Amino acid sequence: MPLAPDDVRKVARLARLAIADDEVAPTLDTLNRTLDLIGQMQAVDTTGVEPMSHAHDVSLRLRPDAVTEPDCRDALMANAPAAERGLFLVPRVIE
Amino acid sequence: MTWEVVIGLETHVQLSTRSKIFSGASTAFGAEPNRQACAVDMALPGVLPVMNEGAVDRAIAFGLAIGAHVAPRSVFARKNYFYPDLPKGYQISQFEIPVVQGGSIAIQVGEGDKAYTKQVELTRAHLEEDAGKSLHEDFHGMSGIDLNRAGTPLLEIVTEPVMTSSAEAVAYARALHALVMWIGICDGNMQEGSFRCDANVSVRRPGEPLGTRREIKNLNSFRFLQQAIDYEIRWQIEQIEDGHTIQQATVLFDPDTGETRMMRSKEDAHDYRYFPDPDLPPLVIEQARIERVKAGMPELPAAMQARFAADYGLSAYDAGQLTASLDTARYFEAVVAAAGAAQAKPAANWVMGEVAARLNREEKGIGESPVSPAQLAGVLARVADNTISNNIARKVFEALWNGEGASADAIIEAQGLKQVTDASAIEPIIDEVLAANPQSVAEFRAGKEKAFNALVGQVMKASRGKASPAQVNELLRKKLAG
Repeated sequence: MPLAPDDVRKVARLARLAIADDEVAPTLDTLNRTLDLIGQMQAVDTTGVEPMSHAHDVSLRLRPDAVTEPDCRDALMANAPAAERGLFLVPRVIE
Repeated sequence: MTWEVVIGLETHVQLSTRSKIFSGASTAFGAEPNRQACAVDMALPGVLPVMNEGAVDRAIAFGLAIGAHVAPRSVFARKNYFYPDLPKGYQISQFEIPVVQGGSIAIQVGEGDKAYTKQVELTRAHLEEDAGKSLHEDFHGMSGIDLNRAGTPLLEIVTEPVMTSSAEAVAYARALHALVMWIGICDGNMQEGSFRCDANVSVRRPGEPLGTRREIKNLNSFRFLQQAIDYEIRWQIEQIEDGHTIQQATVLFDPDTGETRMMRSKEDAHDYRYFPDPDLPPLVIEQARIERVKAGMPELPAAMQARFAADYGLSAYDAGQLTASLDTARYFEAVVAAAGAAQAKPAANWVMGEVAARLNREEKGIGESPVSPAQLAGVLARVADNTISNNIARKVFEALWNGEGASADAIIEAQGLKQVTDASAIEPIIDEVLAANPQSVAEFRAGKEKAFNALVGQVMKASRGKASPAQVNELLRKKLAG
């Protein structure tokens, strides 16, 4: 089922992407063509094929449970636009 | 009109690893803001997550403890939403294939005659990272962000919607809390947020399909859990009886008012757009790792409770009390090991009685008890061989608690508490008491048994508790008869 212009606006809002009104139509076209491609792939009979979440046949590497990171607050905070008393400051958010 | 209540719980259990789930930053509680947030936790460009095997092993231990399927292959996914205390713009979680699948936990609900047991089935438990903290006060209109907690490993444990009252929900939460501490995967500290519950609550008429649920978020005490669910049940029933319908929503519980209030409606519900995290290949758990974790796990509480009942002849209630925490169970076993299995029942009474009461009063855990299991076993041994009475035993215990001696024997010796069993030492005391209490003697002879007990009490008092009550009884009867 192809997407509608409102779907584009909704997805853009969820992803915090600024899409201007005149960009909605071309974005919709691109997205629908991508979905067509996915539709073609989904039409392939995959009976007996295990679902794949990753392209490479590797498994997760595990590390020992040890603290290896020193305190680097000052360096890591150096490029924050605003900070105070060791906290990053951001525009007020209350949910 | 009767109503049925349906409750499911989601619990976030903070895993007791030293370092974070995907970085080597410390998870210690209480550090200065952002001192324990590294480049990975802050999502600086170019960093990659590396999985902590301590978190994996703890998830496996939980799966084994509840008889669940530990997935040989599970997948991490990105849960996408925007909030300043989530620096990546997504939380790494598990979605379609979680690490722990199924399983169940037995709960005991209610007390006395109305008590019953129930098996609560679990849907799943999955590994994920915690977010940071937002502070909204005192920053001249801005919010402060502390990312120390970001990346702390969590196990989110989800039940089926099978609980039917707040009492069942609390019993489950307590059982789960005890279990995760027992197997050592969580410190259980609810004040510090190590154990947080979300409750999904709905009501329906008997026989009807499930009602629309509302989710109460972030309950961090058993009392709040109970109050919030009870309020929510009443509210939902009133709404429906007043002709309204329940809208799916997320609500918060306000402990000050005892009410729940809406945080967001279904229209505002998050659309998380989960997808497999390309940074993290599937988590593969080999059988060898499961076996290794299993070998390191303590005997589980249910098994230990059954063993205590069978081996020591304890009631199910006593065995349950003694296995309420691993530390209590270990203390009890150490006492029995030192005192002998024949002393198991008195040992149980002491651990649940005197020891628990003293610890409670001083707000101490049993691990901090000033009286060691070996010392308590020493007290029991002297009661068993009639060196001291139960009353004097409490005195000895008190002295041990206060550090007045190294052992029961040392205190009995130093304070002259040894029970007097020599009749020739007790008889003069009895004579004195009889002479001093002619009225009691007369009353006893007139058939008042109470007067006899009063006389026994007087003799015990005069012997400063060192006479054996049984012997005093016997000698006194003989004297009064004679």
